[in-house]
Amino acid sequence: MSRPEELAPPEIFYGDTESFKYTSSTRVQHIQAKMTLRALDLLNLSPDEPHFLLDLGCGSGLSGEILTEEGYNWVGMDISPSMLATALDRDADGDLILSDLGNGVPFRAGTFDAAISISAIQWLCNVDAVGNDPKKRLLRFFNTLYASLARGGKFVAQFYPKDQGQIDDILSAAKVSGFGGGLIIDEPDSKRNKKHYLVLSAGISDRSVNLEGAEMEVSAKKDKRKLKKLESRKSFINRKKETMRKRGRVVANDSKFTARKRRPRF
Amino acid sequence: MKFLTTNFIQCAVKGCQSSDSSFPLKYEECELVAETQEFKPEFLVHMLEKINWSALVQVARDLGNDNLPTEKPELDPIMEDDVLILKDLHNLLVETNILNGKMICNNCGHIYFIKNSIPNFLLPPHLCN
Repeated sequence: MSRPEELAPPEIFYGDTESFKYTSSTRVQHIQAKMTLRALDLLNLSPDEPHFLLDLGCGSGLSGEILTEEGYNWVGMDISPSMLATALDRDADGDLILSDLGNGVPFRAGTFDAAISISAIQWLCNVDAVGNDPKKRLLRFFNTLYASLARGGKFVAQFYPKDQGQIDDILSAAKVSGFGGGLIIDEPDSKRNKKHYLVLSAGISDRSVNLEGAEMEVSAKKDKRKLKKLESRKSFINRKKETMRKRGRVVANDSKFTARKRRPRF
Repeated sequence: MKFLTTNFIQCAVKGCQSSDSSFPLKYEECELVAETQEFKPEFLVHMLEKINWSALVQVARDLGNDNLPTEKPELDPIMEDDVLILKDLHNLLVETNILNGKMICNNCGHIYFIKNSIPNFLLPPHLCN
């Protein structure tokens, strides 16, 4: 499937027809709801206190609906007028603001207790207009977001990165702005259902993010020589056979006798 | 846009971020409308801590309400008298919506328009970055 990010800028791609299609699709609704709940789960906000949330790239308020159901008050920002119009039609409870995330978050310091963003920030990596520098826009976005969060405020963003480069750009911009945190990947082995969540916090909070079930990724880069030492005789032979097969050579078939030692005959 | 949001929103231009006069914005030619919303006293008390009261009074005056006290009230949702004040605040902050109007930055003079209760914070290219 092609990426909508590659077709047109967001405010044009999400025109009237696409907004309607997007919002009325039960599949999209279901996925959005699931991701919003997961993001809230990661935020780990205390259930007894009221919270004021910011929804970045709120679109037609699919995620906002969940926020309202969970009892949060929220403000949504989006760049597409059609999406916001759809949100108005759907009677979204939060306030809606038409704004470009890359130009910053226009709120004064310490406004929000937390922020979420569902499938939005990958759009910031695009160059849609002359003079747009994705790195600058990301930095401006994270800087102003950091300022508008209360101390200890947390930000969870689900996004669809195109490649590792976009992940690195986003992570480094967040780090430069002062955020602490990292990336959580749900279902990393599935190509279809893989979901990236950026989990950040502005300063230290009393309740840290909920990292239950998360595993640290062990860095795959090890010394090549050490790896070779660790490799068994059998896996070495299988590896060599595989490379030869790839090169189109004729290679003996694998069997249970492959790489077995020849016993001396009596 | 809810009246509450006016107490948090500021000019989006980068140069105005560090300036004191970019908040609050000046409100002009605003058309207000009331919408019933659920009354959440705890949320109001929570927001009251964050609210910049002098800005609130100033914006209320822009919108034609001179009746706010000059000092921020200290309220407790358990006290009965305070609940009445909270209800008034709820009416003002959450149920009052700005349907159409203009917001002007006192620093750079940029005019932001509110249409159908959605403020437009998209900046023209020369004001970006």
